[in-house]
Amino acid sequence: MPGPKSAILRRIAPQLVILAIALLLNVLIFPDFFHIDFRNGRLFGNLIDVLNRGAPVALLCIGMTLVIATRGIDLSVGTVMAVAGAVAASMVVEGHGWGTALLAALLAGGMCGLWNGVLVAVLRIQPIVATLVLMVAGRGIAQLITEGRILTFMNEGLIHLGAGTVLGMPTPILIWVTLGAVAITLVRRTALGMLIEAIGINERSSRLAGINSRVLLICVYLVSGLCAALAGVIVAADIKGADANNAGLWLELDAILAVVIGGNSLLGGRFSILASLLGAMIIQSINSVILLSGLPPEFNLVIKALLILAILVIQSPRIGYLLYMLRAAGPQPQPRPGTADTLPKRKKEAAR
Amino acid sequence: MTDPVRPVLHARGISKFFPGTIALDDVELRLNPGEVHALLGENGAGKSTLIKCLTGAYQRDAGTLLLDGAPINPASTAASQKLGIGTVYQEVNLLPNLTVAENLFLGRQPLRGGFVSRRRMNAMARETLAGYGLKIDPTEPLTAYSVAVQQVVAIARAVDMSGKVLILDEPTASLDRDEVALLFSVIRQLKARGLAIVFITHFLDQVFEICDRATILRNGRVVGDCALAEVSRREVITMMLGRQLEARVHSKKTGTVGKPLVQVADLGRRGMIEPFSLDIHEGEVVGLAGLLGSGRTETANLIFGAVMPDQGRIRLRGTDITIRTPRDAVAHGFALCPEDRKSEGIVGDLSVRDNIILALQARQGWMRPIPRAKVTEIADRYVRALDIRLASLDTPIRLLSGGNQQKALLARWLATNPAFLILDEPTRGIDVGAHAEIIALIDQLRADGMALLVASSELEELVAYSTRVVVLRDRVQICELTGDQITPDTIVQAIADDPHPHAEPV
Amino acid sequence: MTLKATLLASVLVLSPGALLAADMTIGFSQIGSESGWRAAETTVTRQEAESRGIELKFADAQQKQENQIKAIRGFIAQGVDAILLAPVVATGWDEVLEEAKDAEIPVVLLDRTVDAPEDLYLTAVTSDLVHEGRVAGEWLAEEMAGEDCRIVELQGTTGSSPAIDRKKGFEEGIAGQDNLEIVRSQTGDFTRAQGKVVMESFLKAEGGDTICALYAHNDDMAVGAIQAIKEAGLKPGEDIKIVAIDAVPDAHLAIANGEMNATIELTPNMAGPALDALEAYLANGTEPAKWIQTESKLYTAADDNQAVYEEKKNLGY
Repeated sequence: MPGPKSAILRRIAPQLVILAIALLLNVLIFPDFFHIDFRNGRLFGNLIDVLNRGAPVALLCIGMTLVIATRGIDLSVGTVMAVAGAVAASMVVEGHGWGTALLAALLAGGMCGLWNGVLVAVLRIQPIVATLVLMVAGRGIAQLITEGRILTFMNEGLIHLGAGTVLGMPTPILIWVTLGAVAITLVRRTALGMLIEAIGINERSSRLAGINSRVLLICVYLVSGLCAALAGVIVAADIKGADANNAGLWLELDAILAVVIGGNSLLGGRFSILASLLGAMIIQSINSVILLSGLPPEFNLVIKALLILAILVIQSPRIGYLLYMLRAAGPQPQPRPGTADTLPKRKKEAAR
Repeated sequence: MTDPVRPVLHARGISKFFPGTIALDDVELRLNPGEVHALLGENGAGKSTLIKCLTGAYQRDAGTLLLDGAPINPASTAASQKLGIGTVYQEVNLLPNLTVAENLFLGRQPLRGGFVSRRRMNAMARETLAGYGLKIDPTEPLTAYSVAVQQVVAIARAVDMSGKVLILDEPTASLDRDEVALLFSVIRQLKARGLAIVFITHFLDQVFEICDRATILRNGRVVGDCALAEVSRREVITMMLGRQLEARVHSKKTGTVGKPLVQVADLGRRGMIEPFSLDIHEGEVVGLAGLLGSGRTETANLIFGAVMPDQGRIRLRGTDITIRTPRDAVAHGFALCPEDRKSEGIVGDLSVRDNIILALQARQGWMRPIPRAKVTEIADRYVRALDIRLASLDTPIRLLSGGNQQKALLARWLATNPAFLILDEPTRGIDVGAHAEIIALIDQLRADGMALLVASSELEELVAYSTRVVVLRDRVQICELTGDQITPDTIVQAIADDPHPHAEPV
Repeated sequence: MTLKATLLASVLVLSPGALLAADMTIGFSQIGSESGWRAAETTVTRQEAESRGIELKFADAQQKQENQIKAIRGFIAQGVDAILLAPVVATGWDEVLEEAKDAEIPVVLLDRTVDAPEDLYLTAVTSDLVHEGRVAGEWLAEEMAGEDCRIVELQGTTGSSPAIDRKKGFEEGIAGQDNLEIVRSQTGDFTRAQGKVVMESFLKAEGGDTICALYAHNDDMAVGAIQAIKEAGLKPGEDIKIVAIDAVPDAHLAIANGEMNATIELTPNMAGPALDALEAYLANGTEPAKWIQTESKLYTAADDNQAVYEEKKNLGY
């Protein structure tokens, strides 16, 4: 619900704090981290890189947050990125305009999302299994489209989506910020957010309350597919080529991680897209720490794992549960434990 | 304490609290050796909570448990098993892919030089099962045999390991008649051996056939403890459904019954409920009476589209309508407060505010959000009107007590301004105060011209608010009572008449 | 590519004309088509066989050793004259190689070697990964001619043998040159996208003006890095010298456009030397050396890269 500003702030406070710490780490390693200048017609600096390089995961986590809110998961997003990138690249290589290519890529992503949605909402297949099908099959499809090589293209319009700038600001940043704002507005200014949360918390109750859970479920997977398609186009445009083997590889895991760092429960229910987006930026800040540190690459995964472990421990449900219990325990009369009550009677029994 | 026989198991003053409810209130249960003791009660009466307290699955909050006169405090089902209390559940909890013998001796296999001696184990299993009149091959996997045989294996294991008290939790629910006969012969043998057996079922005829005594629970309290030879079927039903409130509830039932609003014709679903017809008029409360499993909830679900009927039709104000999903029903101004509040009613983690507005918002569609100020106004209005007690509208609904949750669900539906309200067990598991308020509310809604269909296992309640009562038995509508016919006596009579086919001696 | 290649292969195998024309039949167990280079290797092998009038039976193992072993057993059963094997892993080949030896069918390893007794195969045709790196290092040393140069390195996938060997070779190539220094080294996972991302961070961490050369373990990463350099307002190939390995078509194009300076070829033509050795062995029993090293050809702006690009772009890279 679009609560008062303070409620939203309270919700995203942990993410803001962690992001601040992650950025601080960057500054410690590289004092000029916040320095931004204008070079070659574009904003140039590490902070811009974090925002720019975080775009694919940020886009993915918008859809992923909604899917996870319904108690689902979408493992196919990384693969859908590869498919969409391949479709867009092959379209411009065949001589179509960038607009057509973008539409075709979104259509492909939408179809993938629809497929997942139907498997989950209509055939009632477990989301993790349903989306695993496409996760495996999709990369093969992408490789068929690109014939297994990097499909290089020179279409300026398409390249602009990934590597271009608008008023000096890299296009991917504008795309994910805009889409994020649209998504947040859409779910919170309409009733969509509440209905999705209701389905995630208790689908049966929601259905009995008259919510069209099947259509809503299909819709969230559709949105996830569309977000993935957009991310795939950006990634392909960024390197002027569709790399079916590597595009979006393992990014579904980063997207899920961003949602989790955003404090959203994998068990569905209450969600915050804003917090997920902050989660995506936190992950990218950690990547930035690794790149700027100059340590040998053998340390990359260790550093990332340690930092993420630290974040998850800070946010662990056990600690949250303790806080919750402290607050909730107050007014509720706690039943006394059995032994305390039975002991005196037992004595009586023995005396008899 | 006049009973000359010392009970094998004696539970005294057992109480168990859950947040917001009292599941067991000062319950006493005496099990004599060589006795089959029925534990009776409607859903939510406290049967399963009591069993869990006896077997150590739950820790009781008060009371004493005496086994052969000595106090016990089992901390787990394994501990109670060691002490001598064995339990067999409806869903056989054995390992289907192991052999019969392995299932019998799992965790206590006869050893020989540190290794399981299969030969001895199989021989022992054969011998044990023969003792129950069962001549089967113990080296076969358990799944090779019927559910009844699996039940007997489970019983044999429980008796072997425990040997004093055997608790059978709905063992006959999925058995056919011959299988029930097999099970009963085993129970009789065990009874002859001096075991105390607790038998839980909702088949009353089976209770009268096999049991000696019965303890009857209602709303977490013992309402009867009697020798079954001394009471009638009707008296037992009366105790289960209750009638001691009879004197103080009587409704004025003012207002006039209007035109027929909902007309149901031949609505049914195979294996769930026989086709039935029912007219509900404006300004009328139709009560649905019957024992557990008689088809009350199924009737409500079928009309609301929660379950798709496979035949029949529904007319609203004289026009045919199609209801395939609850969504269709809501669109036609129907509303349903389901029996299982927790899993079908509330959306636990959402706030009370969101829970109240949910149905109205779902009907409007997501594109037309109800403004927050309006939502707060609606929620506030119903919180005051129904006296829902809460810290704030933002409190997650799962933190509310049962009664307040139920009122919030009523608010959810009243907010949609329904023409037809279906209530399934509207007063189950809620405290006395809220209970009376909900009954008053039902009466007021009727007086305001709403059509209501209320399923309940509380007879006084039904008598209090119903203008008509439809009685169900074994998923068939058996009669309809109107006007002065509506008394707890006549309802019980209708339910008890014409004994269950299973009652014939087997 | 896989699909096309497989179809082509089955047509070749099934066509009765090819059967009659062939006086020699060779089985080729390929790993799969995980990269453009491998697709090119398949294409070139096919072309080499065709030009020599050899019938090639092709089997795509889809990255699975068990498929390769199955394919080799199939070749033995069909009584082929020789077998080409691009092994997906190094170990576990002894048994099936014994079987081939018992059937007196010579096996030639392509592109990678195996951990098996040397007498179980005829020879191995591979490139020398360390040598490739060394060529790159020596080229850069010569290019700089004593001038100071701060080098950044884009490594391959951490822990993979090409990444380890190409790093080692490059360091050998620049050893003893005090003017050359590797200032940053990070993995780009052999991908274009990561190559670009990591180069971006190099440019910021070191300052674009202070970096004089980039050494990338493969061309894909170099192509990504070129874009990052351009976006930083610098001229790749001029402000920052770029040398990489593989010589994929896009690298030739980049050199032709002046955005890259050198690439060392990992030739997809492993089959040429392999078939030469086989033909000699089958004709008069000439035992080849146990290891045939392919040429690691250096391409620079001095070569006609546009022509090489046109020639290579249809090989399936």
